[in-house]
Amino acid sequence: MSMRTLPLLFLNLGGEMLYILDQRLRAQNIPGDKARRDEWTEVDRKRVLHDIISTMFNKNFIEELFKPQELYSKKALRTIYDRLAHASIMRLNQASMDKLYDLMTMALKYQVLLCPRPKDVLLVTFNHLDAIKGFIRDNPALVHLVDETSQQLIEAYGGLSAGEFQLIRQTLLTFFQDLHIRVSIFLKDKVQNSNGRFVLPVSGPVPWETEVPGLIRMFDHKGKEVKRTEFRHGGNYIAALKEGSFELYGDRVLKLGTNMYSANRPVETHTSGASKNLASQSQQSIAPNPLAKEELNFLAKLMGGMEIRKPSGPEPGFRLNLFTTDEEEEQAALTRPEELPHEVVNIQATQDQQRNQELARIMGEFEVTDQPRWSASKGDDLLAMMDEL
Amino acid sequence: MFRRERSIPLRGSAAALCNNLSVLQLPVHNLTHFGVVHGPSAQLVSAAPEGVPLAQRQLHAKERAGVSLPLITQVHWCVLPFRILLVLTSHRGIQMYESDGSVMVYWHALDSGDASPVQAVFARGIASSGHFICVGTWSGRVLVFDVPAKGPNIVLSEELAGHLTSVTDIASEHAQEQDCIADMVTADDSGLLCVWRSGPEFKLLTRIPGFGAPCTSVQLWQGIVAAGYGNGQLCLYEASTGTLHAQINAHARAICALDLAPMVGKLLSAAEDTFVHIWKLNRNLKNGCIEVEHCHGECVPDTQVCGARFCDPSGSSLAVTGYDLAEILRFSSV
Repeated sequence: MSMRTLPLLFLNLGGEMLYILDQRLRAQNIPGDKARRDEWTEVDRKRVLHDIISTMFNKNFIEELFKPQELYSKKALRTIYDRLAHASIMRLNQASMDKLYDLMTMALKYQVLLCPRPKDVLLVTFNHLDAIKGFIRDNPALVHLVDETSQQLIEAYGGLSAGEFQLIRQTLLTFFQDLHIRVSIFLKDKVQNSNGRFVLPVSGPVPWETEVPGLIRMFDHKGKEVKRTEFRHGGNYIAALKEGSFELYGDRVLKLGTNMYSANRPVETHTSGASKNLASQSQQSIAPNPLAKEELNFLAKLMGGMEIRKPSGPEPGFRLNLFTTDEEEEQAALTRPEELPHEVVNIQATQDQQRNQELARIMGEFEVTDQPRWSASKGDDLLAMMDEL
Repeated sequence: MFRRERSIPLRGSAAALCNNLSVLQLPVHNLTHFGVVHGPSAQLVSAAPEGVPLAQRQLHAKERAGVSLPLITQVHWCVLPFRILLVLTSHRGIQMYESDGSVMVYWHALDSGDASPVQAVFARGIASSGHFICVGTWSGRVLVFDVPAKGPNIVLSEELAGHLTSVTDIASEHAQEQDCIADMVTADDSGLLCVWRSGPEFKLLTRIPGFGAPCTSVQLWQGIVAAGYGNGQLCLYEASTGTLHAQINAHARAICALDLAPMVGKLLSAAEDTFVHIWKLNRNLKNGCIEVEHCHGECVPDTQVCGARFCDPSGSSLAVTGYDLAEILRFSSV
């Protein structure tokens, strides 16, 4: 509904993806001097994060991102993250990519749902960007790139009314509608119920600019207060403490959007929720989707701004597994519901012949091959390492 | 006290919109119709008194070739003197159907002429006033349709200017007494309320300014405007003058729906804080002041409520919808 939602969606999902990859890579960290040639090291981890972040915040890409446009479907948006996740030496097979995307989307759904005010989704975005800067703090050029995006956010959203933010929130919630994948870390923290729905607390501070419920004031024709009564609201709320900062730097106050993964907490999901979810999605797409072509055209234009440096030379891709063991990953791949058939879509000829060729090249790369693209060397020994976790 | 009654299952979950439940009570037929927006589709369900679902229908917004299905913003039954029409608003325009949703009798495409590329274009806010149906739009303009006693010759008769930001909700009531000339109120994203008198030409009587929060839902009862806001506040105003008579810190999150049981002056408010509250309105006969007291509060655990309606004129039963919930929850008082 709102035409301003894509930047918020993309940046926050990207932030969650980085949190998860960072945690996963740290969990497999081998000290540099002890590592074999085919093992993940601290240097590798930093490099993966650096590559993804520099791709995410590429100037051309961000410029396309901020153009007013409708939200893409979950499937379409997923292709962006597929490419982003492979912006570096890291390789994820489809099952791990599925799991990564599930975790990212459920985390952001939780954050959007629990935002006290619609405008606070901006604070969630700043939390993600602040953390991203932390990942690459030793690279001033990259930090500057992220800051420029923050500045664009402030310009694009800083002046919006509460009503416009409410529309943005409703649009985001439409994107996340009917997703009920259970996430272990949420279940453990009791922020998600076993039916996949999030807990909505009825206590704590009220949003900034909201009063604690309970007071009724009545006035006469002249505006003079004539009566004051109280009622029992049923919740257990207290006044808001202070407002988070919407500046480039500042105390955001809100914790939503900060990194909830630490090296000690394994990243798990239950995949039973996922198959149900895809079933309802496929039910929705039974009607022929005339959108697909137009949506992919928009997507291709967006991705055209995304510069992916392909791993060149003899260096193989490093495989990362989002599951605890390789067997689990294989099992997940087998039980993954049948994807809807992908078709190669012909991009309509545009005036800019060169740009069209570039777009066509990008779209050609979207042809799905179900073969997991991994190289043997790092992959096999990851298997051995997984068993130790 | 309210107790949970049997829920009515829905084919699709309710979308996170405001005023996302419409109820048509048909006591003569022992039937109640419910309308809920899912997203690109809206669902109509008919149920018997005990909540037993009887019939189901899905409606879609009219699409433009080659583009995705537009999202529906609201579905609402309009009771007119000689007929009942079901109105559906979307990002494309306004569709009107016979009350059971079986036949579309009228389609109006929205004109997005002077919208900037960043502006979302949609219709939202539906109410009947006499033999008119009024529908709000993204620009703030309110479209007034003249509806004949039967047939499809519905005509756009007027466009009301009064709002500068998107309309959120519209409410109306029969102007019964002579003094009670205000019979329609429109609300918008900035919190502004416009009070109107209907007629061959609608007249703007007064404006009630907002205070920063959108007015998400509005009701009109005996010349009293009840307005729910995005910051959880519920305010009561004298319609003819715009004077504030009551200010209630009612909810901890945005109010998403208000409804009235006009026979008894009961008002319900529902919000994203998971609560539904019932209030009793009345006019103090001595000084004419509007008074309000709280009757009851009900928590719908872990549910971001998006729609709520009374299901009978005495306000002893109500229905509630929640974001992501694929059922209509029902409550009745004990």
